[in-house]
Amino acid sequence: MKVRVKLFAMLRERAGTADTFHDVPEGSTVKDLWDDLRRAHGGLAGVDLRLLYAVNSEYVALDHRLADGDEVAFIPPVSGG
Amino acid sequence: MYRLTDQPIELNELLAFVGDPAAGAVSTFIGTTRDNNEGRSIISLDYEAYPGMAEQEIAKLGEEAAEKWEITRMAIVHRIGNVPIGEASVIIAVSAPHRDDAFKACRYAIDELKKRVPIWKKEIYRGGEIWIGSQTGERFTTPPTPSSG
Repeated sequence: MKVRVKLFAMLRERAGTADTFHDVPEGSTVKDLWDDLRRAHGGLAGVDLRLLYAVNSEYVALDHRLADGDEVAFIPPVSGG
Repeated sequence: MYRLTDQPIELNELLAFVGDPAAGAVSTFIGTTRDNNEGRSIISLDYEAYPGMAEQEIAKLGEEAAEKWEITRMAIVHRIGNVPIGEASVIIAVSAPHRDDAFKACRYAIDELKKRVPIWKKEIYRGGEIWIGSQTGERFTTPPTPSSG
């Protein structure tokens, strides 16, 4: 199945991409996708931050199971205001 | 009124929005860009947001405040893109029948915005740039409870 991946701020710069599509196996979780991304983008491998995760614009846990067509956002520590 | 803008935020626009004959108080918070942080001399700040989700999370702050306190209307506008020093990066305005509710709702909105609305700021300072919150070794210790919606 195919999911859309959104990266922001420091993660976007480290990966060199903001918005991409990825094929993932059925039953994949957010964590599985993150592990794939870290293998695909060397710049993400060393990221040592407590991230937040959103699927279709709602915060989810790392073990959230993905569905075809999901938009998955990896959210580094926020700093608005 | 819950939105992002790449233009200077107009306080009067928010005040007009929250103005209501039933309100006896209007509380505002204006976050402004500072020229220094932890010894760095800052030239400007760049704000980035997750469009769609950021507005949605900002709107949730208003809904939550309305459940906790008696408020009449609320407006939250956050600026995105490059913000020169001394300008407003965020403005919150809350009207309420009584001042205590207006003060508390305004405080709640900015405190929660800083914890969980997907917006990031990068400091452009003399000698470099840095994403605030993503400095090496710094961790986000209080993630929000995932929403079931």
